Amino acid sequence: MAQMTMIQAITDALRTELKNDENVLVFGEDVGQNGGVFRATEGLQDEFGEDRVFDTPLAESGIGGLAFGLSLQGFRPVPEIQFFGFVYEVMDAISGQMARLRYRSGGTQHAPVTIRSPFGGGVHTPELHADSLEGLVAQQPGLKVVIPSTPYDAKGLLISAIRDNDPVVYLEHMKLYRSFRGEVPEEEYTIDLGKADVKREGSDVTLVAYGAMVHSCLKAAEELEKNGVQAEVIDLRTVMPIDLETILKSVEKTNRVVVVQEAQRQAGMASYIVSQIQERAILHLEAPILTVAAPDTVYAFTQAEEVWLPNYNDIIEKVNKVINF
Amino acid sequence: MKRTLENIENQFETFQILNEEGEIVNKDAMPDLSDEELKELMHRMVYTRILDQRSIALNRQGRLGFYAPTAGQEASQLGTQYALEKEDFILPAYRDVPQLIWHGLPLYQAFLFSRGHYHGNQFPEGVNALSPQIIIGAQYIQAAGVALGMKKRGQKSVAITYTGDGGTSQGDFYEGMNFAGAYNAPAIFVVQNNRFAISVPVEKQTAAKTLAQKAVAAGIEGIQVDGMDVLAVYAATQQARERAVNGEGPTLIETLTYRYGPHTMAGDDPTRYRTEDLDTEWEKKDPLVRFRKFLEGKGLWSEEEENKVIEQAKEEIKAAIKKADDQPKQKVTELMENMYEEMPAHLQEQYEEYKAKESK
Repeated sequence: MAQMTMIQAITDALRTELKNDENVLVFGEDVGQNGGVFRATEGLQDEFGEDRVFDTPLAESGIGGLAFGLSLQGFRPVPEIQFFGFVYEVMDAISGQMARLRYRSGGTQHAPVTIRSPFGGGVHTPELHADSLEGLVAQQPGLKVVIPSTPYDAKGLLISAIRDNDPVVYLEHMKLYRSFRGEVPEEEYTIDLGKADVKREGSDVTLVAYGAMVHSCLKAAEELEKNGVQAEVIDLRTVMPIDLETILKSVEKTNRVVVVQEAQRQAGMASYIVSQIQERAILHLEAPILTVAAPDTVYAFTQAEEVWLPNYNDIIEKVNKVINF
Repeated sequence: MKRTLENIENQFETFQILNEEGEIVNKDAMPDLSDEELKELMHRMVYTRILDQRSIALNRQGRLGFYAPTAGQEASQLGTQYALEKEDFILPAYRDVPQLIWHGLPLYQAFLFSRGHYHGNQFPEGVNALSPQIIIGAQYIQAAGVALGMKKRGQKSVAITYTGDGGTSQGDFYEGMNFAGAYNAPAIFVVQNNRFAISVPVEKQTAAKTLAQKAVAAGIEGIQVDGMDVLAVYAATQQARERAVNGEGPTLIETLTYRYGPHTMAGDDPTRYRTEDLDTEWEKKDPLVRFRKFLEGKGLWSEEEENKVIEQAKEEIKAAIKKADDQPKQKVTELMENMYEEMPAHLQEQYEEYKAKESK
């Protein structure tokens, strides 16, 4: 075991897979000699060569097309989109093309691509760097969308994502990159995609979250405990497909749910999760399912992040509502 | 030399070998093709013209679905494809079904593509191609990736892709060429300039006098070819291929061509935006007419031979439509099976629902 930040765990996963499979290629803007704008690919070009880890021209759409084409030649591309706010430039290559390849070819071709991309607020980035756009890609059949919240999960999920033979969008929350260290095994291991993790057990209310909001939920749960409320915190880890089984099991125990996301209310995954619980567990519910989400405005100007981003107080407020319903 | 638009344009003069009368006007550029190969090229062009006529008729009868007419573009489509090897990879646009057929896609599958059946896209092993791309420009960035893949594998093959004149306005058109250039990847980018993107004339796409000169922005070779001259198209493609497999990078080929029919069979009426004079002017340039004259002059082609090809095409088309008719109808469960290697739980649940419906 080693103590690693999430970004170190990501680099470690990339190194593991570059070593394991000669078809793995890592490329994007500044991922080569520079080692990435967040150091996620640091040292990888020196270790594996320019043939395996390389820079691209500054064009996200072209990067998507490159990944698609390399797939057709039997490679396992791991491209990077520098910030997920730039996904609009490459929406066709991801949602219009690689997500559909297996289907449109009747199963004769496929795109084993893992798109890595940072997102997430709280670190005072300029415009269109922090936006939570996981909801857009999660609506596209053919994609899987993974969002880790700990160094341990980040490594195991990234190795699984790279080995998956269908396209995976792997979103890395910038605030979690270096905010804490965690135990990460040095050897390779995988975490199944589509499997949630109960980060804290509780009996009074279920908090379903992903990304940075997992940590806000854990903080809220600590506060709530002081008032005798035991919150169970489920970290989705994969937001498409979602692990309904784990959620429903928890709901049947707690009978109360708050779904928490950083994205705006009209975006993100919360609505889908609420509808699925409603369809399957309404008779287990003692209160409506509430959600914590950002306001339905464009992502906040830097200095407004603090008042705009959902935080643990918002979570506590919603939990109190469902408890006292 | 003074840098002017004019001297840039002058570097992209139209490359031609065969004039409208079927006479060789550029002997030095004549590609090295045997009599049999020349006849094979004519065979393919005649066959494809018949395929177009029959496809339009079958579409009108409701026996085909989406169809983008190809008549007029035979030299451009088949001249490029004929210069390829089996291991080369084709990324076609929606009008480029003929290239796929001559690259090995069974005709009945091309018809299933037109109708909208997934089996049409299940290309046989060894047919190196994608099904026709509907998103204009996407095939260009993908071609850069396929070509880079070939380079990394050390293969002596190329990726070839096609778009139209309108497609040159897309960002992906530019990015695709630029990426291939930056990686010195073995790609051939073909622009089939038939002067119209549905109703919009090429003059409204760009102020550039040629489309070939757009290669300059990527720093790659560009050539403008008489796209009604199958020998010039073949020669240009062959040269581009040779350069690519020798590690000299990608080429942009603009073929000046024309579609005699509508844009697609989905209600487009070209009389709304094209004059009769323009149609007549381009009918004189018909690639079949001039190549027929050329071959007849060499004693390599006759009416009997042409009729034989026509009969063969009609027979094969009939058989292919029959085979397409016999294809089992698609089921929702089959569509689900082709989504992922392993079906996720939510899809598995829906699969069970549809399985039950289908067994009723």
